[in-house]
Amino acid sequence: MNNNSNLKVFLNGFIKENPTFVLILGMCPTLATTSSALNGLSMGLATAFVLLGSNVVISLLKNIIPDKVRIPAYVVVIATFVSVVEMSMQAYVPALYDSLGIFIPLIVVNCIVLGRAEAFAAKNNVLKSSLDGLGMGLGFSMALTMLGSIREILGTGKIFGFTLYSDKYGMLLFVLAPGAFIALGYLIAIMNKLKKA
Amino acid sequence: MTYILIFISAVFVNNIVLSQFLGICPFLGVSKKIDTALGMSGAVAFVMTIATIITYIIQKTVLEPFNIGFLQTITFILIIAALVQMVEIILKKVSPALYQALGVFLPLITTNCTILGVAIMVIQKDFNLLESVVFAISTALGFGLALVLFAGIREQLSLIKLPKGMEGTPISLVTAGLLAMAFMGFAGIVK
Repeated sequence: MNNNSNLKVFLNGFIKENPTFVLILGMCPTLATTSSALNGLSMGLATAFVLLGSNVVISLLKNIIPDKVRIPAYVVVIATFVSVVEMSMQAYVPALYDSLGIFIPLIVVNCIVLGRAEAFAAKNNVLKSSLDGLGMGLGFSMALTMLGSIREILGTGKIFGFTLYSDKYGMLLFVLAPGAFIALGYLIAIMNKLKKA
Repeated sequence: MTYILIFISAVFVNNIVLSQFLGICPFLGVSKKIDTALGMSGAVAFVMTIATIITYIIQKTVLEPFNIGFLQTITFILIIAALVQMVEIILKKVSPALYQALGVFLPLITTNCTILGVAIMVIQKDFNLLESVVFAISTALGFGLALVLFAGIREQLSLIKLPKGMEGTPISLVTAGLLAMAFMGFAGIVK
């Protein structure tokens, strides 16, 4: 029974409460970093790491942090993990760091991270919070990879760099800004349709 | 001339919402009515200008001389959070009228990524203080422009019958896409 509810917490982030398609949180990195599948995936994983770390630490500290200053305290914890991600990416994958650019430090203000800290980690034990962080993070990565793949296929005829068809026939629009909005709009519409059916 | 270029670039060519993808949450969240859109843009402009000046000064006088640039993210977000609180308290005392107009939007601004985004961008682009201020004000104007335009479209949109699945967020995103396409027309004016 107990195992079952843990599994439910973990799977919640994938479909039922998918941060991108259902909760519509964290739109900025979703739109900005999904110009290719690889960028989307790495942004998703970076966010997942921050989510996992901040959820664990916040759920450990939840009884120590006074209620009045909890938001600034959460922000400091989150910012610490973001700095860790930022510096490791700069050291080990500089090319990726350049292409994601300003959106790595901006994970701090990603509403998913603070939202899960406030809504879940502050109320639940460490195990559940870490599962929630992991589930939400992977659900977010999944959504970003999906959107990135669609934009990459439509825009350049490639997926993860492998050519599917000649990029002559690609619609450049989907790699550029407007395509991000339009592709995500239709993806959410499809999700809405599927959910009701 | 530099200042005019920065202005045009930030308002039209590299519009913060439609081509840089910052501040999408308030862009989708508070764009149902033109009035609220104007209020939000005002509050953002106010906080963004002050936040950029303060973070810039902190960066140049504390972080760089002591070589602790790696604390940038933490420092900036704390400054912004504290600043928003302070602006709220001061406005309440000094100008109740302005507080009435902007008050409800202020708490939302801490998690608005445009503020932190602009503070970091200014440092990355190596602007001096005056350029930073011009950049912050014009970025806020660009944000306001996009928000008000979008709110105008959405007011009309709410009168139209839509397919079930497209209601709400999806149609807003597609509309924003079309708006972004229109803004692409400005590309190339400024390098």
